[in-house]
Amino acid sequence: MDSELPALLVLGPPMVFKLFQSHYSHKYRFLNAFSSHLPLPEFLQTQQTHPSSVRAILCNPRQPVTADVIRSLPSLGIVATTTVGADHIDTAECRRRGIQVVTLGSQFAPDVADMAVALLIDVMFKISAGDRFAKKSIHFKPWSFPSGSKLGGKRVGIIGLGRIGGEVAKRLEAFDCIIMYHSRNKNPSVSYTFYSNVVDLASNSDVLILCCPLTEQTKYIVNKEVMLALGKDGIIVNVGRGALIDEKELVQCLMEGEIRGAGLDVFENEPNVPEELFALDNVVLSPHAAAYTLDCFMDACEHVAKSLDAFFSSKSLIISPIT
Amino acid sequence: MGSISVLLVGKVLPYLEQELDKRYNLFRGIDPSQRAAVLRDHASSIRAVVASSSGGPDAALIEALPKLEIVSSFSVGVDRIDLQKCKEKGVRVTNTPDVLTDEVADLTIGLILAVLRRICECDRYVRSGNWKKGDYKLTTKFSGKTLGILGLGRIGAAVAKRAEGFDCSICYYSRNEKPDSKYKYYPSVVELASNCDVLVVACPLTPETHHIINREVINALGPKGVLINIGRGKHVDEPELVSALLEGRLGGAGLDVFEKEPHVPEELFGLENVVLLPHVGSATVETRTAMADLVLDNLEAHFLGKPLLTPLV
Repeated sequence: MDSELPALLVLGPPMVFKLFQSHYSHKYRFLNAFSSHLPLPEFLQTQQTHPSSVRAILCNPRQPVTADVIRSLPSLGIVATTTVGADHIDTAECRRRGIQVVTLGSQFAPDVADMAVALLIDVMFKISAGDRFAKKSIHFKPWSFPSGSKLGGKRVGIIGLGRIGGEVAKRLEAFDCIIMYHSRNKNPSVSYTFYSNVVDLASNSDVLILCCPLTEQTKYIVNKEVMLALGKDGIIVNVGRGALIDEKELVQCLMEGEIRGAGLDVFENEPNVPEELFALDNVVLSPHAAAYTLDCFMDACEHVAKSLDAFFSSKSLIISPIT
Repeated sequence: MGSISVLLVGKVLPYLEQELDKRYNLFRGIDPSQRAAVLRDHASSIRAVVASSSGGPDAALIEALPKLEIVSSFSVGVDRIDLQKCKEKGVRVTNTPDVLTDEVADLTIGLILAVLRRICECDRYVRSGNWKKGDYKLTTKFSGKTLGILGLGRIGAAVAKRAEGFDCSICYYSRNEKPDSKYKYYPSVVELASNCDVLVVACPLTPETHHIINREVINALGPKGVLINIGRGKHVDEPELVSALLEGRLGGAGLDVFEKEPHVPEELFGLENVVLLPHVGSATVETRTAMADLVLDNLEAHFLGKPLLTPLV
């Protein structure tokens, strides 16, 4: 029975793998290469599996699908990754071989947008700080905290108006925020004010929200100049990648009051977080959890399963003759 | 106006107290013994009372002030004021609606997210160094969930508007169904609780709504349901809430108010599915200043014979 199930080579492993395995163990024979130090051909031997019977890979950036990996699997037809990006896959080699590459779409955009708004409200209203305060003693004293303010009328500058940025904008519009953005290109289908220059965006914003991917161009896109332009009442929220912000400068600015506060889900050197931040009440810290909801993980699993299903069943259609 | 006697019976923003002191002959009567002393010597001259969520004139106090003309409350909730007595005696009552609506609605969404996405717990997780040992667990998505609003007044409607930005479905319970509302109405709180994922208490506190969140409602909300209270502590049967949370019969809670503020149930301190705040709704300096100005403007209007800005009675 087991040998009839299609083999699925698992590299990484993807964060969702435990969940995926528990839901789909009846559909695939999992070859968990991530748990072995052996080179791939040797690993497959230990699994009594010939390389030519491996047609599908499930992976994530932890373990790249290199040209070598692809060349060692002559029947490989599909590579599915549980990320939006495919930098860890040799897509050129896949194209040469006619191998399908499946990535995630916008399944987790709402969850990430929810996190961005959660972090923003928390920083504005000091929710985490308040929770810490309230849980210290059975009688809370009057809590004197520096001025917070409501979201209405705040100018929110979104850096990267893609799927996630768009979801953030939609949510904050319901709070009567004024939305502005910086992106590689102006988007003609939105009415938000576009800024081609991040410093200008920051000068005209009360809040900056980072929703863009990390590339050579976007590394440290929020630097000291941008933070000073944002100003002492400004708040930064980062749900993109840690290296979008010059972290050392960010810590300085927060400690010196050059910006009002920050909500951070990502850091330059995860899981390491600058310890100076731990003493601050004007920052909210999150362990890269923006997409970590059960719903989101289930959506990702279903997306991958559907793609693999379509692949395996289309192959069998091709094999069966049509009369 | 410096000769008009005003009695302060609730805690208010220092700015308001200072302004009242400047403009009127202000007597402080927040503390019971303070109040007794003031009443002994000045009861017959007091023309106005300033109240707040922490204290307001009950029937006895209103009776004890024969010259009382107006009660101006530094709050939107007037559960501390005997409105019936005020009506009987022809005493005007003002509160501070609207200026705090947006802020309370913002905070409500923040509380919901904090509970469902475990934001405070995640923050603790990072600060404690635990992230180095492994990722935090999966939490619950907010977008697309069903929000049940108890009391579709100004605050309830503002919460609903924001939740729609998250593609939430909205349903509500109100004393009367609102024919113009696009949201789904349930004729009882239990039915509302049975049919939503997150229940927000946003109605005024009256004798009818005291402990409106009771064991039956909590059980209907269930082990995956979340209760958010930004109303008054007395809306909720607090011991029932605590036992439901400890036993897992309720999925989580976000509370800005408590039955015996500033007392907070200690049993909730260690629960990762509970977020507690020290009554911060309406607490931003911006909003509190606007509320204070509304109290001052109402008093001024009254004593100048002009129409009150935000009268309730």
